[in-house]
Amino acid sequence: MLKILALISIIALGAFAAGDATFEATKRDLNVPAIIMFFVFIAGTLGITYWAAKKTKSASDFYTAGGGITGFQNGLAIAGDYMSAAAFLGVSGLIYMKGYDGVIYAVSFLVGWPVILFFMAEKLRNLGKFTFADIAAYRLGQKEIRTLAAFGSISVVVLYLIAQMVGAGKLIQVLFGMDYAYAVLMVGALMIIYVTFGGMLATTWVQIIKACLLLSGVSFMAVMVLYHFNFNFESLLVKAVENHKSGESILSPGGFITDPISAISLGMALMLGTAGLPHVLMRFFTVGNAKEARKSVVYATGFVAYFWVIITVVGFGAIAFLNSAEGAAYFVDGKLFGGSNMASVHLSHMLGGNAFLGFISAVAFATILAVVSGLTLAGASAISHDIYANVINPNATDEKVVKISKITVVVMGVIGVVLGIAFESQNIAYMVGLAFGIAASANFPILFLSIYWSGLTTRGAFIGGFMGLITAVALVILGPNVWKDILGNKEAIFPFAHPALFSVTVAFVSIWFFSKIDNSPRAKREKELFRAQNVRANTGIGADGAVSH
Amino acid sequence: MNDELVERIESNPKYKELVSKRNSLGIKLGIFVLVMFYAYILVIAFNKELLATKIGDGITTIAFPIALGILVLSFITTLIYVRKANGEFEDLTKEIKKDVKDLI
Repeated sequence: MLKILALISIIALGAFAAGDATFEATKRDLNVPAIIMFFVFIAGTLGITYWAAKKTKSASDFYTAGGGITGFQNGLAIAGDYMSAAAFLGVSGLIYMKGYDGVIYAVSFLVGWPVILFFMAEKLRNLGKFTFADIAAYRLGQKEIRTLAAFGSISVVVLYLIAQMVGAGKLIQVLFGMDYAYAVLMVGALMIIYVTFGGMLATTWVQIIKACLLLSGVSFMAVMVLYHFNFNFESLLVKAVENHKSGESILSPGGFITDPISAISLGMALMLGTAGLPHVLMRFFTVGNAKEARKSVVYATGFVAYFWVIITVVGFGAIAFLNSAEGAAYFVDGKLFGGSNMASVHLSHMLGGNAFLGFISAVAFATILAVVSGLTLAGASAISHDIYANVINPNATDEKVVKISKITVVVMGVIGVVLGIAFESQNIAYMVGLAFGIAASANFPILFLSIYWSGLTTRGAFIGGFMGLITAVALVILGPNVWKDILGNKEAIFPFAHPALFSVTVAFVSIWFFSKIDNSPRAKREKELFRAQNVRANTGIGADGAVSH
Repeated sequence: MNDELVERIESNPKYKELVSKRNSLGIKLGIFVLVMFYAYILVIAFNKELLATKIGDGITTIAFPIALGILVLSFITTLIYVRKANGEFEDLTKEIKKDVKDLI
């Protein structure tokens, strides 16, 4: 532990040194109140991690906080997972840039919740233990399903992770004027410490505290914005239209979603993807029973819906304030310092000065750390629980499994840092949209069909699931974002920005088809096992043992 | 879970009641949310101009109250579901558990 802390300090010092080098170039003072706030946060959350580490004893504590989280706490934690850097910085930045198009993201990000509640939440709680693969593998072949689920989870987690890394890097760049690459490196190192020592209990508590702080901080910003316009939303919009180069077109859906296919595809990805996010699904195993699982969704939906309303105010507020004469100080060479993802951070400085900037930055940073930790933990359990403990070495001891997941965390931290640097200039809300697309295509169909369709067989799930995953990943790579923007090719091979419409269809159709033609004795047995699974999913009988220690 | 237990629970009328009531509520509310959301997305996909309609003399478009409405209604559907599920459905589940207590 000491060694790692020493390493962190060296990295941090290096980053400050680098900060000095860029200091002249960006003409930005080291922001002392902001930095004090920032370190208070880091110390506070490390304290929680230390406390949680002392309480974390079993594998169940590490992955699911021992199943002792209440519905309200879990609702806050889920909302915390959801109000990630992409949501806070990305969506407000998107509104700042494109106006109403950002609101479409906000709305679409919410409607997944009722769907999860009506069809998934309690069944997840009744069937699962540590990861969503537990459910899909309940009556199907462990090896195949867990391998598939691990690939799906890792793909989603990595894309989501990149988005958070980009957000964190940009934030530190703005706050300290330090080099982007060092900032990303620092986030990676801190994330590894959080997760390896604290596990789910620590990330849950960090998530809960951060959710409260984020909600109050952004509420304050929204109130301040509206206060300037005598709490008249219309006046705010008038000012925003005046200050935005696109004028009135920012008040209705515009060019961001150009063709019908992309619109439908994005809507599908955001709605179904929520029910396939491994780090969110995992939260349903941290509560005691189905009743608490349901309650947590209601709380989460309420918090997130409220969050989108205030983010919309903040986004349009950013247009009204930053694109004015007084806002010119936040621009370098005609571009917003740190990119559009930083719109709400600059707005906080305009509204509340250095101290408020410090608060918002610290909250945003804690947000990123908490979300990144949750994601990494989900990725780690996919490897250690699904692949290692169930496929490679079924006789593994608890300690061995936890050790494997800690190694995975370190590896994922490194991957996150490297890709975070590569994806520097992308809008993070858009990237999270892609992660949702993969979740909707790879994880959701398997999960949904395993709960509701008795005809699902291992072969069908395995072949169909991989077809969905491969289609989604391939179309993302061949699409305009990666093929054109990152890899530098002239034209994208796949013309649509969001692949979900195609990849979700491929997944469902192929799972259905390969299950239907599977007449093996094993498939027959699996279909018969559906009855018992269904009874447990509906009543929770037999599931109570999953949380007792 | 053994076959006898499955058999007993499945043939329990309360179990049938629970499953059919819950499924029907879930499907009804689910369809409501799906229709509401996809109507919104399809309007964006095929007839964006409709959402650019202004409210009264101001410049605020109807797109804003519609977005707010979807957020609020989504939340309300979850409230409706959980009120039912944590009350009536939870009671039914408890009764089912009591009926098969000897086998658990």
